[in-house]
Amino acid sequence: MGDSILTYNGGCVLAMAGKNCVAIAADRRFGVQQTTIGTDTTRIFKINDRLMLGLTGLRTDVITLYHRFVQRLNLYRLREEREIKPASFSNMVASTLYSRRFAPYFVEPVVAGLTEKGEPYLCAQDLLGAPLFAQDFVVSGTCAESLYGTSETFWKPDLSPAELFEVTSQSLLAAVDRDCLSGWGAVVHIITLDGIETKFLKARMD
Amino acid sequence: MGDSDYSFSLTTFSPSGKLVQIEYALNAVAAGATSLGIRAKNGVVIATEKRMPSILMESHTLEKISFISETTGMVYSGMGPDSRVLLRKARKFAQSYYQTYKEPIPVVQLVRETAFVMQEFTQSGGVRPFGVSLLIAGCDEQGPHLYQVDPSGSFFAWKASAIGKNMVNAKTFLEKRYSDDMEIEDAIHTAILTLKEGFEGQITEHNIEIGQVTDNQKFKVLTPLEVKDYLGEVE
Repeated sequence: MGDSILTYNGGCVLAMAGKNCVAIAADRRFGVQQTTIGTDTTRIFKINDRLMLGLTGLRTDVITLYHRFVQRLNLYRLREEREIKPASFSNMVASTLYSRRFAPYFVEPVVAGLTEKGEPYLCAQDLLGAPLFAQDFVVSGTCAESLYGTSETFWKPDLSPAELFEVTSQSLLAAVDRDCLSGWGAVVHIITLDGIETKFLKARMD
Repeated sequence: MGDSDYSFSLTTFSPSGKLVQIEYALNAVAAGATSLGIRAKNGVVIATEKRMPSILMESHTLEKISFISETTGMVYSGMGPDSRVLLRKARKFAQSYYQTYKEPIPVVQLVRETAFVMQEFTQSGGVRPFGVSLLIAGCDEQGPHLYQVDPSGSFFAWKASAIGKNMVNAKTFLEKRYSDDMEIEDAIHTAILTLKEGFEGQITEHNIEIGQVTDNQKFKVLTPLEVKDYLGEVE
């Protein structure tokens, strides 16, 4: 408790790739160290119909950064008259984080989306913008280590959207249940070429 | 930009509503060597006359056609030194875009920024407008593009255009010769023929410069040998 600014508010995000689909999931807890003060927080934000951004870490920086990205994306959309690609957005996030190298934003983002061809794109970054690209899954948050464990166990390639939803939900719930700073509800978004489906999970409310 | 003594703009309106400094800048462009560009189905060609003031000058050290990024290039008519300032800014902008988005800059974004810089110099303290018009050529995801940017900061997309001394005749010639389904090879031949129209003296591979960019190839300036081959084909 109180050992790192990144664990102050708690929370986690998990994103997984399936066959022409991605799922991104998060818990809904907002706390001040051990005290839970919110159970309906949004940690995953829609960028466009094929791209979502999950942000864990210090809540105030999560909110500020989200607004900053909305501002930049709106300008991008107006200037370029097109939607941004997942890889370009991911790089934009990384350069934004690195621009504050010596006074960082205390967030660890997860970018999940589909390329124009419908291929999954996943990227997790640390608070300084160091990217990690994966073909299977990426995780972030206070129970990241547990999430790595559960995801590694349950994930397999070429999951259909329905299967992917199951795998993502089970991996997330199993991990957050062992973390006192995460939990209190969960949400899963499944992104396919047809759009985004959002489901709220029935989770242990503790 | 400008000393504190010159916080006012030197480009001011005339009673008829014109910005005379920009008109004069366009005159400087019109006095410069002819440059032209042609957008083909699969790429863009830009070409220019290289007028050497003396035979003692090393013609290969004068580069009128330059790279802005791997997929975009430009040519100018007017004052060479002014074009170098714009080239530097354009290159920097293209690189910073790549650093932010890891994507090669779309041509229109580059043109927009260059045009913005040129406009700034018509409304800032203690500076004069740039004495060049630029033809920016590039290929991006939307296809091949050819843009002209003027000293005022206005920019236009063209299928084919010419700037500089012989621009009126050149544009008339291009209007007759241009077709929408031109391939890059045809475009190069047409570019050479257009330059030939208003050329004073004998056209050789040392007194013209040609640059091209295609959908699947980077921007490149043709070597004198390559230019010589095309000149031979056109004869």
